[in-house]
Formats: sequence, C-alpha cells, structure tokens
Amino acid sequence: MFKKLAASVIATFALSTGVFAAGGAGEVKNIDFSFDGPFGQYDQNQLQRGLQVYTEICAACHGLQYVPLRTLGDEGGPGLPDDQVRAYAEFYEVFDPELDDFRAATPNDHFPGSNLENAPDLSLMAKARAGFHGPYGLGINQFLKGMGGPDYIASLLMGYTGEEKEEAGVILYENKAFPGGWISMAPPLYGEDVEFADGHANDLEHVSEDVAAFLMWTAEPKMMARKQAGFVGVIFLTILSVLLYLTNKRLWAPVKARYKNK
Amino acid sequence: MSGIPHDHYEPKAAWEKGLAKRLPIVGLMYDTLMIPTPKNLNWMWIWGIVLAFCLALQIITGIVLVMHYTPHVDFAFSSVEHIMRNVNGGAMLRYIHMNGASLFFVAVYAHIFRGLYYGSYKAPREITWIIGMLIYLLMMGTAFMGYVLPWGQMSFWGATVITGLFGAIPFVGEALQTWLLGGPAVDNATLNRFFSLHYLLPFVIAGLVILHIWAFHTTGNNNPTGVEVRRTSKEDAAKDTLPFWPYFVIKDLFALAVILVVFFAVVGFMPNYLGHPDNYIEANALATPAHIVPEWYFLPFYAILRAFDGDVWVVIIASTLTGGIIDAKFFGVLAMFGAIVVMALVPWLDTSSVRSGRYRPMFKMWFWVFVVNFVVLTWVGAMPAEGIYPYIALIGATYWFAYFLVILPLLGVLEKPDAQPATIEEDFAAKYGGDDAGKAAPSAQPAE
Repeated sequence: MFKKLAASVIATFALSTGVFAAGGAGEVKNIDFSFDGPFGQYDQNQLQRGLQVYTEICAACHGLQYVPLRTLGDEGGPGLPDDQVRAYAEFYEVFDPELDDFRAATPNDHFPGSNLENAPDLSLMAKARAGFHGPYGLGINQFLKGMGGPDYIASLLMGYTGEEKEEAGVILYENKAFPGGWISMAPPLYGEDVEFADGHANDLEHVSEDVAAFLMWTAEPKMMARKQAGFVGVIFLTILSVLLYLTNKRLWAPVKARYKNK
Repeated sequence: MSGIPHDHYEPKAAWEKGLAKRLPIVGLMYDTLMIPTPKNLNWMWIWGIVLAFCLALQIITGIVLVMHYTPHVDFAFSSVEHIMRNVNGGAMLRYIHMNGASLFFVAVYAHIFRGLYYGSYKAPREITWIIGMLIYLLMMGTAFMGYVLPWGQMSFWGATVITGLFGAIPFVGEALQTWLLGGPAVDNATLNRFFSLHYLLPFVIAGLVILHIWAFHTTGNNNPTGVEVRRTSKEDAAKDTLPFWPYFVIKDLFALAVILVVFFAVVGFMPNYLGHPDNYIEANALATPAHIVPEWYFLPFYAILRAFDGDVWVVIIASTLTGGIIDAKFFGVLAMFGAIVVMALVPWLDTSSVRSGRYRPMFKMWFWVFVVNFVVLTWVGAMPAEGIYPYIALIGATYWFAYFLVILPLLGVLEKPDAQPATIEEDFAAKYGGDDAGKAAPSAQPAE
C-alpha cells in the first residue's frame, strides 16, 4: 500500500509540474553553467563579465529595478570591492524625492528601471522564463536540466537567424529560441561587442552565457546561501533520521520479539 | 478520553492534586499523549504528524513573512523581492513557506487516500472524516489565497479565473463575484481581503485539527485491519494497543525526518520546480499569460472543472432541462465542488460492512484505478484544454463520480470479502511471528 502510494505521489509530482510547451516553443540549448546542480556555484569572474555586458549593452534599454547596487559587493555574487561598487553606482542617476531632483546613485540605491516602455525589467527574467518543458507536461526535463531560465536567455541571445519582417509597423526579428519565432528586440549582441579587461573570450557564445549567468544572479542572489542551507538541512536531517530509526527499532524490538516463533 | 480501557493520570504530589482539582490540564495532556493506539499501524499512519508539522511550519514561517510583506497592489510584488534580497534568511523563509504548501498537500492527499483505502471514514468515524474534509477545503482556500499574495501574473490571473467561477452561478453570480472581489475586478481590495483571510484561516484550521483529533481519540484509531480494539478489559485492550508515547511518537518522528530530508533537498536545490515561472512577472491586468495553470495540488479539480464543456451530453441535457440556467460553465463549477462533496459523503455511499480494503478483493482494484485516475487528472489539469486532453479529463471526471456514486454502493452488495483476523493482536503476531531470522535479537527490556 505504502510503496504504491509513494510511487503515485512521485508520479503526481512529476506529471503535474511540467509546464507544457506552448505552440511553437523555441529551441533552448542546455548550457553547462557553473551554478547548475546542487553543488553548482556562481563563477565570480563570469558574473563580473556579465555585469560589464549588461552595463554596456542591455542597460541601454532594460533595467534591474529590484536589484540593490550594494549587492554587487556580495560574497555570493559578483563580489566587487566597496570602492568599485561606489564608483559603479555613480554611473547611474536616480531621482531623489527628498531633493526633488536627480542625483548620482549610491550603493544603497537600486539599479534604474527600464528606459524603454517595451523593454521588460530583467531583475527576475532568469526565473520568469523556463527553458525546458515536458515531455508531455511530465516535468522530467526540468527535473534533469533545471528550469532553464538562464539557458533560455543565452539561447535567445544566440538564436537570431538574421531574418527580419515588418508587421503592423513593427520590425520583428526571427529568433530560434523565442516562442513563436519572431521577437521585437533587435539582436543586441553580435560577438566582440564587449572588450574584457582580462582578455577573456568575447565571442557571441561566451558573452551570451556571461550575461545569462549575471541575470541568474540578479534573479536569485541568495542561491549559494540557499544551497548551503539545503546541504546543512539534508545532512543534519539524515543523521537525525538514522538516529530516530535506531531508536524506533530498539523501542519496538521487545514488542515484536514477544510474538516471535509463537 | 477514548472508549478503550486504559490507565489514566493519577495526580500524586500535593501540587498535582491541587492543580487537577482546579484545571485538569495535566490529565488531559497525559491521556492525549498516552492514548492506546493499535499496535499494527503501518507507515501510512504517519501523515497525521506530518500534517500537524506542516500547519505549524506554515503558521510560523507565515507570521515572520508578514512582518516584511506589504499587501498592496503597488508594493506586494516588490515587498516579496525585498524579502528575497534584503531580509536575513528571507529567501529561505519564503521558499520554505512556498514549498511547505506543497508538502502540506502531498501529506493531505496521502492521508485522505489512506483513509479511503482502510475505510477510516466508516462508522463510528464519520465525524472525523467530515471534519477532515472541512480542513481540506479550508486548506485549499488558504493555499489559493496565499498564492495570490505575491501578486505575480499567475497570482492575478489565477484569482481572476477562480473567482470568475462564482460568476457562473445563475442569477446571483455576478453580484456574488463583485462582493467577493470587493470590486468589479481583481484589485487592491481583493488582495487585502485575501491577505486577511490567508492569515485567519490557518487558525480556523488549527481549531478544526483539535476537533479532528478529539473525534478520533474518542472513537480510537482505525488500523490496517479495520478490526476494532478489544474493549472487554484493560488487559485485552493492552494486547491490541500500545501507548502513543513513545511507540508512535518516535515512529512518526522518524518518518517525518525522512520526509524532511526530501523537503529540504527540494527547498535547497530546486525551490521553484513546483512553481510557475510566470509568477516572477508582476501582475499585469493587460497581459494574459498564454496558459493559466493553478498550483499542482488543484489540478485534479481544475481538470474536472474544465472536463464538462458544451459538447458533453450531460451538459446538453442539464442545459436543456433547466432552460439554459445550468450552462457548461456552471456545470463545470458544480462538478468541481461536487467532486469534493461526494468524497465527503463517502461514509454513507460505501455500503460494505468490511472496513479495511485489505479484505476487499474487488474494492482493491477499483481503489487503485481511483488513485491512478487522480494522477491522470492532475496531469491533464496542467495540459491545454484542446486536442485529446478534454476527453481524458472527461473520462477521469466520470470515473471520479462513478467511484463514489456507483462503484462503492454496489461493491458492498456484490463483493465477497476475504476473512479478517479476529483481533489486532492476531494481525500483529502474523506479521512479526515466525521466520524473522534477519532481525537482531532484542537487547532492550520491554519498556513498561
């Protein structure tokens, strides 16, 4: 009874969690990010490169309104030194209601929001999109590969075919990763758009993955702490389970022994 | 407390006697904790403790979350992000609360199916069952309203769809929907009242849980055989039972710890697996998501709701007979709530005199089909209502009703049950007597 029911519960889970693929879902490549899996961690250098890509390219239109600038100094994030965080913050102008005027941002301010009406805020984009679906709404792919938010972002940035079309006065660009195949965002990256100080590869693939990793961090800044807490929880509870198992076994042994060989 | 004869608390020291005279709280706690419990309970009897734990977990994490959350359409989404980014341990707290709801429903479904298989709803435990169903309904209401609070896209559109169901009620529907929402559409008033109720209902649940426990402590637990504990004498009862403490407390805690290992793995390593990515987009009344999908634990009933469209013959008949008052939408709503009503009425629909499914060969088969059907309904509820899926949902919904309204009443008449053990002790002895060579010899003295 219990085994069968446990199997059903697991099956129910697996069945129900899959977000089915919408008609014409794009192709998303499973990228091997450093933060994949229970042991995965953010690569601080990659986050810093991603920050640079975001600042030089994405920030022209998009924003990160939920991300406080000071978190750029977080250990589990890009880990910029304090003076760099302060210097970085000064790039941005924010409106201060107390001054009733714009002023240079400080680390306590957030990144500005989007500059364009139709450019969505990117703070949570890596969690607001799922790269993997199915099969048949079973959620197995997401279980094996992760939700695929950053994979989707990187695939989207690399997914432009170069085709364009005009529809109702709007230019749409063909993109293999975008659901429906046509996106209104012009290709933001072509490769070698950004020059990294450490000379790291800046081809389209690397730059896309770097910015996708950075956006995963903006969406889930506490991921490293979360995984660590997960490990502590799992390890301690496993020890507790073993102890309780042994306690239970010993507690019941005399009760069961009374009926042995009768 | 229970009708099973056993030793009661005897105050000894002078202060104990004095307290017992004025407030017999120690005796109440003692009798609750030491209640004679059938010694043959299997691992499906652990879910009650898991559920009690879930309720406590949700209330405690919820109260702390409220300290940082702002129930206003302009601030709700960003206050959740504030919790995720700036509050110490906030991300962990929220993920535990979020996934705690899923654990709660995993446990409640296991608990309900346990009850259905072993006939725990049968006399004299009907009241326990009915209170349990009320708790389950309140849980669903609480979970639904809680899901609205982060004010993401699924929060908003889920609320719009589900409150729209009330709009399907003939004549009063629209007025009722407006009254529930506090306005013509889901807006700040809705968010505020959902927040208020989401905070209130768990305490109502806690009250009902006390009644639930009181009820089955009065009748005594059911057990895998469905055979009652011998109540003829204290000695006979003691052969069938063991005190809840320590035997079942330790056993249940062990099971809870194992379940929590899995729970913390989910929270730590894949906290968003059971959620929907769209809920990380702030609510937008102008942009409808491509597919509005409720949380997994509502999917079976969502599937039943959507199963009855205008092409189904029962819907056409109902619509014709009532002159269009019962249309497809209202029929779906009736079916969804009806699915829970028939389950709540199962003590009177099951006509078999045998309690436990273990001794009911035909019932067993239909029961497992029912479980599989539940899984299929869960799956189909997440699929778009097009192609083959509505047909699968219709078959599943039909089986749900057939199980309670046709199969269970008929089985009691048609089925020839297997032989049941005379006593619980006999069942226990059959399991642990005989060849038990693999187990270590008991080293501890009987704990008596």
